[in-house]
Amino acid sequence: MSSSEFEAVIGLEIHAQLLTKTKMFCGCSTKFGSEPNSQTCPICIGMPGVLPVMNKNALEFVIKTGIAMNCTIAHFSRFARKNYFYPDLPKGYQISQYELPICQGGHLVLHTQDGERVIGLTRIHMEEDAGKNIHDNSDKYSFVDLNRAGTPLMEIVTEPEIRTPAEASMFMRKLRSILRYLGVCDGNMEEGSLRCDANVSIRARGELALGVKAEIKNINSFKFVEKAIEYEIGRQERVLLDGGRIVQETRLWDVATGVTKSMRSKEEAHDYRYFPEPDLMPVVVSNEIIETIRATLPELPEDKVKRYVERYKLPLYDAELLTNEQQTAKWFEEALVNGVNPKAVSNWMMGELMRLLNENNLPIDKCKVSPVHLTELIALIDKGTISGTIAKSVFEEMFNTGKRAEGIIKEKGLVQISDEGSIDKIVEEVIQKNLKEVERYKGGEVKLMGFFVGQVMKLSKGKANPAMVNDIVKRKLDGKATDE
Amino acid sequence: MAISEKEVNYIAQLARLSLTDDETHTYLKQLNDILLYMAKLDELDTSKVEPTCHVLGLENVHREDEEFPSLSKEEALLNSPDKNDSFYKVPKIIE
Repeated sequence: MSSSEFEAVIGLEIHAQLLTKTKMFCGCSTKFGSEPNSQTCPICIGMPGVLPVMNKNALEFVIKTGIAMNCTIAHFSRFARKNYFYPDLPKGYQISQYELPICQGGHLVLHTQDGERVIGLTRIHMEEDAGKNIHDNSDKYSFVDLNRAGTPLMEIVTEPEIRTPAEASMFMRKLRSILRYLGVCDGNMEEGSLRCDANVSIRARGELALGVKAEIKNINSFKFVEKAIEYEIGRQERVLLDGGRIVQETRLWDVATGVTKSMRSKEEAHDYRYFPEPDLMPVVVSNEIIETIRATLPELPEDKVKRYVERYKLPLYDAELLTNEQQTAKWFEEALVNGVNPKAVSNWMMGELMRLLNENNLPIDKCKVSPVHLTELIALIDKGTISGTIAKSVFEEMFNTGKRAEGIIKEKGLVQISDEGSIDKIVEEVIQKNLKEVERYKGGEVKLMGFFVGQVMKLSKGKANPAMVNDIVKRKLDGKATDE
Repeated sequence: MAISEKEVNYIAQLARLSLTDDETHTYLKQLNDILLYMAKLDELDTSKVEPTCHVLGLENVHREDEEFPSLSKEEALLNSPDKNDSFYKVPKIIE
């Protein structure tokens, strides 16, 4: 058996931190990066006799996500204690959900190279985060910061329906985009607001039974989702091809070496002894509540993509890129005025605008160029006032100064030269300076045409109308060729 | 439904307790007595009764997402058997 005869079966478990101001069961702040152990109270550090009370927004955020991901919202759900000991878990149990999660089923649609792929969800449930253990500073001790303990999370579990590392990373990107549109999670993977564990197994192509899986923990970037799963698939293939067996285990993705390492074997299998949380009352969600929350949903990226493709005739690629972030989509839509060609706007946004934003590390809503100002620039190109090449430098100036295109063009004298006489003169000058090349052109080296056009554009400081330059250069060279 | 010595030891291990042989036997007997007592309930026909977790009949007890003052770092760490200026200290956890 060779490696191409295997197929991978991948399921993801994603933890998303809910964007609430306070923790799940107490009023402590959820702000990231504060002084260690400065955001705790008797409830989240597990003092005896305290009573947790559910954060209303956290609950609504999960229902909102469930609606957006086509889940069935449970009319009745409850919380459970998951019991285990670890220093970052002050109570000795985590409040989570077990047999009755808030959301069940659902799916997310991916547009892959092989067409549409619908990835099913198993469930979305709520749980509280643990604190943070720091291991690096000492050989003898670990240090515990409980600021994060009790932060509300939702765990999104997919069906094992993902087949490639690329699909897994695409799923994560799409999910992040939806969560950000909904305003329920900031999606910041570096700060750990969005984390992902991957269950990976392989089986012979065509086989229906699942192979033994390994769970890869704590993958914290899109790039690593892909790399970690890719590595793990390769590792499992090598084990099987060598006649070995896959062991069910938890593995940790090691960024430094680019491999997954066995973490703990299932010998010390966990026995979480889930039982219903007696301190929290069940959650009852009526259809009315669901509909009220549904009404607050924004237009989601998937619907925007459809609209951009159908109504604005954009390629799927453009539509996905422009709708990935809500602010980008908003910018695009605000630019669609004065009969501008949507594809022209899209090209400018995906090209120059995104490049400059990235270079300056600037979010689009802080951009000095307004959408309407971009349409003015596009109109000036369409009218032939400036060339496409000049437009790029004008745009950069707009980006840096916030000035409008027309002003910059006037100020710098960038208006396109479109009168025949002026261009003729420049072309003549170029020809006189490069008689050798003219000879070679006449000798059959027609690709030198590009050289002449380039020289003319250079001499005119990019202002000559390129189409006219092409015509005149060709006419002159060919004319001279036939003259003799 | 009686439990075995092995199960008592397993439960002790989950609770991070080390029991002497005497203690194991004491708890074995006590736990079995409790289970025997609770087994009385099995005589009731509960096939038409919904399982319940609460007797209060309350639902949807929520709070607004509003900040409440936290403990100071010093107060939070006060009861800790081992700490430094900012953190709880525990024996090194090796993964």
